[in-house]
Amino acid sequence: MTDTENPAAIVVEDVRKAYGDLNAVDGVSLTVAEGEFFGILGPNGAGKTTTLEIIEGLREPDSGSVRLLGESPWPRNVALLPRIGVQLQATAFFEKLTAREQLRTFAALYRVSADRADEMLELVGLTDKADTREDKLSGGQRQRLSIACALIHDPDVVFLDEPTAALDPQARRNLWDVLRAIQERGKTILYTTHYLDEAEILCDRVAIMDRGRILAMDAPATLVRGLDAPTRVILERGSLSTVDAEELPGADDVTDDELSLTISTRKPADVLSALAERRALAGLQVRTATLEDVFLDLTGREYRA
Amino acid sequence: MTAFKSLASAMVKIFYRDKATLFFTFVFPLMFLVVFGLLFRDAGTSKTEIGVVGDGPVIVGLEQTGALDLKRFDSVDEAVQQVRDGDLPAMVAQDGDDVTYRFAQSDQTQAGVLSGIVTGVVSHVNQAATGEEPRYVLNAANVEDSSLKPIQYITPGIMSWGVAVTAVFGAALTLVSWRKKQVLRRIRLAPVPATTVLSARVVVTVGVAIVQALVFIGVGVLPLFGLRLTGTWWLAIPVFLLGILAFFAIGMLVGAFCKTEEAATGAANIVVLPMAFLSGTFFPIDQAPSWMQSVSNVFPLRHMNDGIMDFLVRGQGPSALVVPCLVLTGFVLVVGTIAAKVFQWEDD
Repeated sequence: MTDTENPAAIVVEDVRKAYGDLNAVDGVSLTVAEGEFFGILGPNGAGKTTTLEIIEGLREPDSGSVRLLGESPWPRNVALLPRIGVQLQATAFFEKLTAREQLRTFAALYRVSADRADEMLELVGLTDKADTREDKLSGGQRQRLSIACALIHDPDVVFLDEPTAALDPQARRNLWDVLRAIQERGKTILYTTHYLDEAEILCDRVAIMDRGRILAMDAPATLVRGLDAPTRVILERGSLSTVDAEELPGADDVTDDELSLTISTRKPADVLSALAERRALAGLQVRTATLEDVFLDLTGREYRA
Repeated sequence: MTAFKSLASAMVKIFYRDKATLFFTFVFPLMFLVVFGLLFRDAGTSKTEIGVVGDGPVIVGLEQTGALDLKRFDSVDEAVQQVRDGDLPAMVAQDGDDVTYRFAQSDQTQAGVLSGIVTGVVSHVNQAATGEEPRYVLNAANVEDSSLKPIQYITPGIMSWGVAVTAVFGAALTLVSWRKKQVLRRIRLAPVPATTVLSARVVVTVGVAIVQALVFIGVGVLPLFGLRLTGTWWLAIPVFLLGILAFFAIGMLVGAFCKTEEAATGAANIVVLPMAFLSGTFFPIDQAPSWMQSVSNVFPLRHMNDGIMDFLVRGQGPSALVVPCLVLTGFVLVVGTIAAKVFQWEDD
């Protein structure tokens, strides 16, 4: 990851941070390449935010080292600040100011042109809310505005702390488009989320965190494939008897409940073609393993966000 | 726009877009100014009216005291009846050498004052009648009056108080709310020195205080209230500015310790309100008991009040700058240093 073609934007080595008896971050190492979209995911209290804050230079680690764009972010590194953009978990706005005024104020703090404010509003789709005060914006609009504030000075590395938390599905999807647009501009993105499905869709690589440790780190597809979990083929109940289902080629296990019949298989193609022959495809759903299954496999616990 | 200008302009917008802040900055102190100004407008100027009957040196003497308004009656009975009805506090009748004095006992202080005046006049007339030079000569003359007309101390008092409240609350609430909302953290992530944020806040606070001063003095000088500034009013400016800085530092200290706006509001009130009552904001401090005057010397508001009053309405020279300026500078340095030491960018 540190070759010259794809140099590392972030290198974290064995970082630890304890609050009293609680090891919030317990030996985290990770490397993020320039231009990479990297997700840290895990349930609440996993240590995602603390890890992010240490990398941003907002907290000092008890031990371990952090290199951000080749420099140490702690103590407050003023040379580094213009090159990083941080969206905070809470929505940190000046009270009573409109969306455009917020952005213009931050533009001045970074000594960039006030015209950037309108560009950013357009990027996050808030042009029609430019003159709306921050307290009159919806949750999704506030999230998008805070991302715009993080991008106002065109930073190389962008940190986003749960940007999609507490958003309705439509707002989440709008935000995904924004995040993809940022990545297309060649930015390195490090973000935290507790939505596993979202990380699977957006991230080049993810680190799964729990209790201050990284349990696994790779591309989402690689993690899921490595799990070697069966595919589940789900049918409407009554479309096939349990006995018939068990006799299907490639069927490993069959369960049924009041609503549906689930066939576990490692040969989904065989099962599906056999089902097609029997015209038993009513209510067909095919579920492959997800990061949730990876989490369950790693921790032995169901994933709850 | 520079970081300083943009922060200052954001702070100004935050200030004038908040109706509650505007109210407590301008309207609330103004209410006190208007109410006290009207309430005490005529205090000390009205004379006591007494009834008189007949004529003679005693009646002339009473008139010459200048302390009394005389209401003439044709008969003693008529005048006494007025006293009895409570319409007049006293009456004096002179018929040749007979002088009659009747007074109402209901207001003992007033009765005592009136009896003193009447007795004094009668004694004076008696002594004059002997034709001899008086042995004891009372040397009486006016001195420069340091007990002022009410509006003359109400205006500077309310002004100091209003400005102090603005400075304390402005500093404390900005600090607490920006820390709570993580605005401070956001600013800390931008390449802006803390001093820029601080100086923007100070400049905005001073700007607001100047507008307050102009409004309060502007209302005070209206003919209705009759405030008059003396020639050395401009010497009050350094005291005014140092006072703002001292209270700003106090606000920073309050803001450093409080986690919520509610706590900061309470703490700021606990600091400022007792100070206002004991420092001569609502009544002249030289009329207070001496222990209270001593206690009030530990308050910066007392020195700000005194300093501003000395120049605004008492016409003192530059030498009167020394004490308030030294005391207030001391407050700025000591409280400011402590506030800087305990300052936190964020809650842990």
